[in-house]
Amino acid sequence: MFAEIKRKIRDGERISEQDALYLFNSDELHQIGELADEVSRKINLNRAYFIINRHINPTNICVNRCRFCAFSRSKGEEGAYEMTQEEVLASIREAWQSMGYLTEVHIVSALHPEWQFEHYLEMIKAIKEEFPNIGIKAFTAVEIDYFAKKSGMDIDDILIELKEAGLDIMPGGGAEIFKPDVRNIICPEKISGERWLEIVKVAHSLGIKTNATMLYGHVESYEDRVDHLLRLRKLQDETGGFLAFIPLSYQSENTQIKVAYPSGIDDLKTIAISRLVLDNIPHIKSYWIMLGEKLAQLALLFGADCLEGTIIEEKIAHSAGARSKKGNTVEELVHLIREAGKIPVERDSFYNVLRIF
Amino acid sequence: MTRVDKKQALQMLKESSIYEIGKEADQIRQSLHPEGVVTFVVDRNINYTNICINRCKFCAFWRPQGHSEAYVLSYEELSKKIEETIEKGGTQILLQGGVHPELGIDFYIDMLRFIKNNFKIHLHGFSPPEISFLSKKEGLTVKEILLKLMEAGLDSIPGGGAEILSDRVREIQSPNKIRSAEWLSIMREAHLLGMKTSATMMFGSIESEEDIVEHLDAIRTLQDETAGFIAFIPWSFQPGNTELKREYTEIMPAGAVKYLRVLALSRIYLDNFKNIQVSWVTQGIKIAQVGLRFGANDFGSTMLEENVVRAAGVMYRVTMDEIIDAIKSARFKPAQRDTYYKVLRYFNEN
Repeated sequence: MFAEIKRKIRDGERISEQDALYLFNSDELHQIGELADEVSRKINLNRAYFIINRHINPTNICVNRCRFCAFSRSKGEEGAYEMTQEEVLASIREAWQSMGYLTEVHIVSALHPEWQFEHYLEMIKAIKEEFPNIGIKAFTAVEIDYFAKKSGMDIDDILIELKEAGLDIMPGGGAEIFKPDVRNIICPEKISGERWLEIVKVAHSLGIKTNATMLYGHVESYEDRVDHLLRLRKLQDETGGFLAFIPLSYQSENTQIKVAYPSGIDDLKTIAISRLVLDNIPHIKSYWIMLGEKLAQLALLFGADCLEGTIIEEKIAHSAGARSKKGNTVEELVHLIREAGKIPVERDSFYNVLRIF
Repeated sequence: MTRVDKKQALQMLKESSIYEIGKEADQIRQSLHPEGVVTFVVDRNINYTNICINRCKFCAFWRPQGHSEAYVLSYEELSKKIEETIEKGGTQILLQGGVHPELGIDFYIDMLRFIKNNFKIHLHGFSPPEISFLSKKEGLTVKEILLKLMEAGLDSIPGGGAEILSDRVREIQSPNKIRSAEWLSIMREAHLLGMKTSATMMFGSIESEEDIVEHLDAIRTLQDETAGFIAFIPWSFQPGNTELKREYTEIMPAGAVKYLRVLALSRIYLDNFKNIQVSWVTQGIKIAQVGLRFGANDFGSTMLEENVVRAAGVMYRVTMDEIIDAIKSARFKPAQRDTYYKVLRYFNEN
């Protein structure tokens, strides 16, 4: 079976649902990794990308309260916070100063019960006005849906206004696992998988590129992971709008779903199989915040080609017990990539090459 | 299967892909441990003193005599630590210094007797640098020192103080510490007296790939002669708070890719070793799990207490349940073992 999958990959044929399931159940860790690396080299040469960016989470006050999330708070609860527009701008200025410059801001927020769509629009406008050259990657499909509900506007109009205000691309969060029975357990209040895909499809049709994620290692089965990957592959065939896929390894500390976290072996296999299934998505990220730097580095040899970025201040995964640092320097990222035998490449939001080390 | 020689080992370390070297090591591990059991020991590292005349540049733990943080543990403190260890199902104490300039053989004999008279626990203690120091201080042979320690209750010796068995490297990073030949000869002496020991290697400082291969070869050669090593444990230099990092600012901590290559090569080269340990203390649990597919069959110890790596700013907190879960989720069968790798109990429930 593995030989047949290898043949398909080498001949440029797509692997099937059964093939992907076979790989998840297989113990052929080294061979799967080698094959994924072969594919990665074909698409991205021997490069591994990173970006000089900052994550900003303007608030953690959220009406959804997903069971797997340790970041969100209800209004008035201890630890709840709201950043003012000025604080958001100040955090970017500070990052710019400490890094010398900034290529991108990544803004993911919560579903705040009182903030109106205009508030977010103003945020994007203000950032673009002060920092016209910084890429703005902001708002997941879940937030876009919420803006539409709160404002009574169409998804199209929300996205058009955001784009005009300066939004460049959208992150891939909120996808979790698309299967309804899994969502009912881990995030019953959140929009459905269908709705997530629908909103992303509209974004792509408007020329807004996005990422996609998958949160794995909680209650889902391998079948659910494969279903998730195949839905993404199908949508990408239609739109070509996904830039990168980011498998997110579940962390359970301070959440309501307590399970043993995925093993390092499972993490590597999931990244490698994602690379093999998603033949039409150019980039696979190994998100060092959740994997830890050591495993993220290793993942660069198991199909991943991007380490995300400097991040500077990560809050969401660290609320759930991530033991990685909250930010990384360019020097450290370059070292991790080099030691893995890959060529470090600094990129912009759209994966244009800025600097080859 | 013919033995890998030094030249082949060097070539593997430099040129083999991580998949090739990993797969080969994985197959060897599987043939040596076909049941898929991964063992661990419940123990505590007790450092009876942090005062040390060796002052190795890669170490952030030692303090000079008279320093405000320098200490020698009292019997009361020792007792408390050992009681806690036994309470938590511990079977072994890893007892190590500091090479304290003023403590002679009587201190050690008294300490070992005190522990053995009061507790039923295996003492895995000291290391060749401590034994060498005692031999010189007391004007006794290494054999005489070892016999005295054994008689007082020392059961086995951990593999510390080996770092890299290359005198070129030792000259730079631990000039006051015993050289390679002496480390090996003390281990030989212990083996000949019927004592088991483990062997370690600390890589990722200023050594070359050749040094790593030389180290493995020295250990393998001695093992051919004595068969006294019970396990091999490679781990990577942790540069935080060390003089070596201050002198060689370009040193970055070895990453997982390097670690797994060295681990796999160790499994391949040391064909006369039954057990290879992962080092979750330096690599974290996830890489330790991956290490089980790169040649290792043992998860080391629960380390109810660990001070030396922590002094270099690296701390992974882990409980016994987490170790059991980690082994299970890597699809192996966890088992608690004693110092000699004899299984004490399995954890078969889901």
